[in-house]
Amino acid sequence: MTDMPYAPTRGQSPVTKLVLRFVLYVLLGLFALFYLMPLFVMLTTSLKSLDEIRTGDLVSLPREVTFDAWRTAWASACTGVQCEGVRPYFLNSLLIAIPAVAISTIVGALNGYAVAQWRFKGANIFFALMLFGCFIPFQVVLLPMARMLGIMGVAGTIPGLIFVHVIYGLGFTTLFFRNYYVSIPSELTKAAKVDGAGFFRIFWSIFLPLSLPIIVVTVIWQFTQIWNDFLFGVSFSQAGTQPVTVALNNIVNSTTGVKEYNVDMAAAIIAALPTLLVYVVAGKYFIRGLTAGSVKG
Amino acid sequence: MTRWLQDNMPKIVLAPSFIAVMVFVYGFIAWTAWVSLTRSRLMPRYELDSFIQYERLAASPRFETAMVNLAIFGTLFIVIAMVLGLLLAILLDQKIRTEGAIRTIYLYPMALSMIVTGTAWKWILNPELGIEATVQGWGFAGFEFGWLVDPDKAIYTVVLAAIWQSSGFVMALFLAGLRSVDEEIIKAAQVDGIPTWRVYSAIIIPSMAPIFLSAFIVLAHLAIKSFDLVIALTGGGPGYATDLPATYMYAMAFSRGDIGQAASSAMVMMLVVFAIVVPYLYSELRTKDD
Repeated sequence: MTDMPYAPTRGQSPVTKLVLRFVLYVLLGLFALFYLMPLFVMLTTSLKSLDEIRTGDLVSLPREVTFDAWRTAWASACTGVQCEGVRPYFLNSLLIAIPAVAISTIVGALNGYAVAQWRFKGANIFFALMLFGCFIPFQVVLLPMARMLGIMGVAGTIPGLIFVHVIYGLGFTTLFFRNYYVSIPSELTKAAKVDGAGFFRIFWSIFLPLSLPIIVVTVIWQFTQIWNDFLFGVSFSQAGTQPVTVALNNIVNSTTGVKEYNVDMAAAIIAALPTLLVYVVAGKYFIRGLTAGSVKG
Repeated sequence: MTRWLQDNMPKIVLAPSFIAVMVFVYGFIAWTAWVSLTRSRLMPRYELDSFIQYERLAASPRFETAMVNLAIFGTLFIVIAMVLGLLLAILLDQKIRTEGAIRTIYLYPMALSMIVTGTAWKWILNPELGIEATVQGWGFAGFEFGWLVDPDKAIYTVVLAAIWQSSGFVMALFLAGLRSVDEEIIKAAQVDGIPTWRVYSAIIIPSMAPIFLSAFIVLAHLAIKSFDLVIALTGGGPGYATDLPATYMYAMAFSRGDIGQAASSAMVMMLVVFAIVVPYLYSELRTKDD
């Protein structure tokens, strides 16, 4: 690093300080452009006609704004043989994500509470086993899971995908809640036990009311993971049950007809909107989830 | 009876998750490990036949490409994302008035699906209509940028897109680390007239060692699991020039119908992950006990 001031330091002339400050802001601005450029290109491309895309360039604004590509992407773009746009797949993603997020969060909360507050023999081993499960590359369970879903009779269905996401989301949801509940004094639980309250009663009236922040973090984390999933979606779905990420990939790589780059970009933005929205609305919790998943303790 | 139920409620609540983890994580790993030692092709077979699949992996030029790509991609991705993340964190740590907005901009790619990221960069790097045409249009007629379709260069486009996606996250980790350094020490150093760059290189950065480790683990993990980005950006091509172990495994499992190869390549992936994660988890759990 160059001599950028951490805080106003003595011994630097005001001019040097001003120049350094200027360089700092230019650098920050250039990096901001780097991160924003793809989003900008996607947006402008999606608003151009194909003719304009062929003759114009990436960074120019559309001469004539048209929403045709958005209409096509939403309702009639082809993902192979079917040409219904991303709409049905967007719906599939919702149908998969909402129950899977709800179930894995509830089970994770109960698990985390049991492990953190009811220290029985083996609780730590259980937690270590769960934690380990967070780190496996999912390729290692792909083949047996495909067979298992077949045996259970849910291969290629939305309930099958919900099941898969719940199972492999449990490690993280348990981790989040456990780390949160472990910081709550266990005297609380002990006192409530003395008063005759049971496992669920204590959870319901003491822990749940304290849990809003960690519930938000967990729900956002799980929703982002499941919405953005591609591996499970492409492995365990069939025509009609694919999530939106798989449909997007199929639209972009469909070889029939003319390549409609504007439709590709509109479809990509549509697929990205829900998680982007979550990020913009609840960015603080999003970041907390990201860092909680990596920096423990 | 109710007394017993009361006493064992935590275990009863954990039991379904415990069974699920034992079956769907550990049981499935065991299944994959077993099948990787058989001659399974289209259908799984269960007669053990030594390390035949691993020998086939070792002899496969496609898998060799995948492992070399993982080494190139993993090294560049981790090193550049860490350096860039640290740089951005330090720049943002200079009492910037618009810090919140800039942080939001740097970090938003992390909210996107890799498929979206891949789609966007595939368009930007499009050899006919993307950056190449744009720069030519500015008057640089000789400008060429065909990395996406160049077998020797395509893997670097994957690195670029992956860094774009994840470096903001590394920045957020480091920024949190910079903020947790004791202000008093920094002030004391400044009073002593120690230049700012020395304060960073001698005091602040060394005290962030645990964060470097965390960032490394997360990035390494992301690199090994990278699958969607390659599928969306290059589809593993041209040919199989940008294959990674994850895409090799998927191709063997679902398009080539070679379960033995799929299982053994998945096991190789898991071993690579474990070689990185196990020492980390072990040290984490040990320091916790102290």
